[in-house]
Amino acid sequence: MSTAETTPPPKATPPEKVEASAPSFEKSFIDQITNHFSDDVEVEYIKENRTRVNVKKEKIVDVAKFIKDNTPFDHAESVTGVDFPEDKEIGVIYHLGSYTDPAYSKQVLALATRVPREENPNPGNDSTKLSSLREIFYSVEFHEREIFEMLGVYFEGHPDNRRLLLPEDWADLPPLRKDFTNKGR
Amino acid sequence: MLKELITPQNANVFVGKLGDILYKAVDQPLGMAINWGRMWSLWPVHIETACCSVEFGAASSPRYDVERFGIIEAFGSLRQCDLVVVQGTITRKMAPRLRLVYDQMPEPKYVIAMGACAITGGLYFDSYNVLPGIDGILPVDVYVPGCPPRPETLIQGCMLLQEKIKRMKAR
Amino acid sequence: MTDKLIPTKQMPPGLQVDQVDDRIMTLNVGPQHPGSGHMRIIVRIDGDYIVDADPDPGYVHRGEEKMAEARNYILNIPHLERPVIHDSCNILYPYVLGVEDLVGIEVTERAKYIRVITAELNRCIYIQYWLAIYGIFLGHSTMFMWPAGDRELLIDLMEKITGARVTHSYFIPGGVRNDVPANFEDVCLRQVNYFEKRIKEYADVFYDNPILKARTEDTGVLSREDAIRLGTTGSVLRASGVDYDVRVKEPYDVYDDLDVHTNVLKAGDSYARSKIPWLDMIESCNIIRQALEKMPKSGSIRTKLKPNPKGKDEEVYRRVESGRGAAGCHIISKSKPEPYRLKLSVGSFRNLIALPYLLKGEKLGNMPAVYWSLNYWPVEADR
Repeated sequence: MSTAETTPPPKATPPEKVEASAPSFEKSFIDQITNHFSDDVEVEYIKENRTRVNVKKEKIVDVAKFIKDNTPFDHAESVTGVDFPEDKEIGVIYHLGSYTDPAYSKQVLALATRVPREENPNPGNDSTKLSSLREIFYSVEFHEREIFEMLGVYFEGHPDNRRLLLPEDWADLPPLRKDFTNKGR
Repeated sequence: MLKELITPQNANVFVGKLGDILYKAVDQPLGMAINWGRMWSLWPVHIETACCSVEFGAASSPRYDVERFGIIEAFGSLRQCDLVVVQGTITRKMAPRLRLVYDQMPEPKYVIAMGACAITGGLYFDSYNVLPGIDGILPVDVYVPGCPPRPETLIQGCMLLQEKIKRMKAR
Repeated sequence: MTDKLIPTKQMPPGLQVDQVDDRIMTLNVGPQHPGSGHMRIIVRIDGDYIVDADPDPGYVHRGEEKMAEARNYILNIPHLERPVIHDSCNILYPYVLGVEDLVGIEVTERAKYIRVITAELNRCIYIQYWLAIYGIFLGHSTMFMWPAGDRELLIDLMEKITGARVTHSYFIPGGVRNDVPANFEDVCLRQVNYFEKRIKEYADVFYDNPILKARTEDTGVLSREDAIRLGTTGSVLRASGVDYDVRVKEPYDVYDDLDVHTNVLKAGDSYARSKIPWLDMIESCNIIRQALEKMPKSGSIRTKLKPNPKGKDEEVYRRVESGRGAAGCHIISKSKPEPYRLKLSVGSFRNLIALPYLLKGEKLGNMPAVYWSLNYWPVEADR
């Protein structure tokens, strides 16, 4: 195995910091969303096949409904919750994909929002709340339950805000918050 | 005199004591035979706890075939089992269930801790939901190291347990 | 079909004191049960028919995502493959691709081919284990012995390449950990050809078996619309007639140079769901043969990585097709050596939502057949 490690091939030139403009395909549905919601949403094209929609938490149901009805995105692949303690916010990111339209099968649309965060969380009874998208994308049911226990974001309108993965007697902070630290770390 | 001692009220106590006396008398000559019987009919209870169950399954496969050692065929009913193979990580949610399973099994019973996670917590030493080893909840007889242990290692662990049973006092 | 999807759950079954009905019995299946694996399913039955099912996962929740935030990108490799140790290459694949995007390194051509070959071998190893357990769930002991024995051939092959039986830790950002052994191509081709010959024999003993067909056909039918609505993935989706495979739709590494055929069945029942992985194994053998032919015979297998690499200040979401469907990895990086947040979106967790809907109205005896046909691995779903 003398060939195991050789010199690295010439590095690709570092990407320049320019706002990437969306190709025509992505532009079609980006324009569709921006035209309808003008100021409420902020759509950015990140890179090939990846688009991100930043939306305020009050508008998330409207935007999700619009995306479900007017674009081929028909299911949520994953829901990520992120804690941003310095911003005093918790981010929730829905990754939407499409099964029905083969042209859209490469695309992943990230629908991102932020909810307020409280220093002393009391899951379910504080201001960390978000409207559930379960009525629009059925597949988020278990993902939202997971985020409720992991980050303390209560989903209003979710029929089943029970604990999913953590033990029944968990009484500590929601574990994925940044102020919860693993032992020894 | 014996007749006077035994009344219907204390008959049960007397029979129980008689059982103990008989057991002790039998233990010396027949203990080896009892242990011999236990050694070759170890039935592990069917409880998978984490990813080591993959190698546990592989140990029953035709290549390794541990049944030729008279051990390991995961079995459904825990009332008829006498061995717990803890196959990997024990989380805080699983720990009470594991203890419940162990408590329901009839005596005598043996425990094999399989894999690094069952011994010390292994790779998950700093996780918030993993127990640092199962020693705190179960009395472990044999530790089988590895992450996951190869089937050969598991077989060796089982044979060590058989060796241990052979030298045990039959109860 | 839509009224099957209307949610009826308000409280955990068994706690609805005002609604106690003599006919309805609550049954706990698992976690100590031969037909459940590492999870609990709370089913409520009316006679022999299931009226409600409530999966209760989390018995192997080990906090991988929290642990990842305290380790750097290289130290994360071993524990991120533990969710599915018998499919460790595929579960690690999206993470490695994501880190390559974040760090900004290119992978050499030969490393890409080696990755594809090992990933496909690992997919076969995973499916063989799944099939063995499916056989034993249905009381078909031969179907435990055959796949469990045959998968050892491929495990031997992987052991020659990577040095470990199941936990390979073989993919690293920038390539693979070590080169394949000498005359690997011949050995691999021989093993794969023999393996393909063997798995085709499974049709006689298992898939054409009238008893199996009687048990699995028309049980747990998931229609095309429901499969899309519930966001299922992998074999569950393809058994319901949706043509979606990440290897074809969003090719990564060298899958766009290879001819990958997507297996799709229309029926959507347990039989179709159990047949798709088997067809996938045959397809994997084809892919391995193509890749062995096209693989560069020599060259570098690893681009050297700086020690303790830092990711860019951005987010990536990468997907691959694992043995259980699309596996996604969402990494949020903040210019630190450790990821700020790492989320694994795995096939098992996504398919779990279909279980309550499939079990409603089924007979209790069909529960293992429906449950395991979801291609579910509890350790992965819990993470």
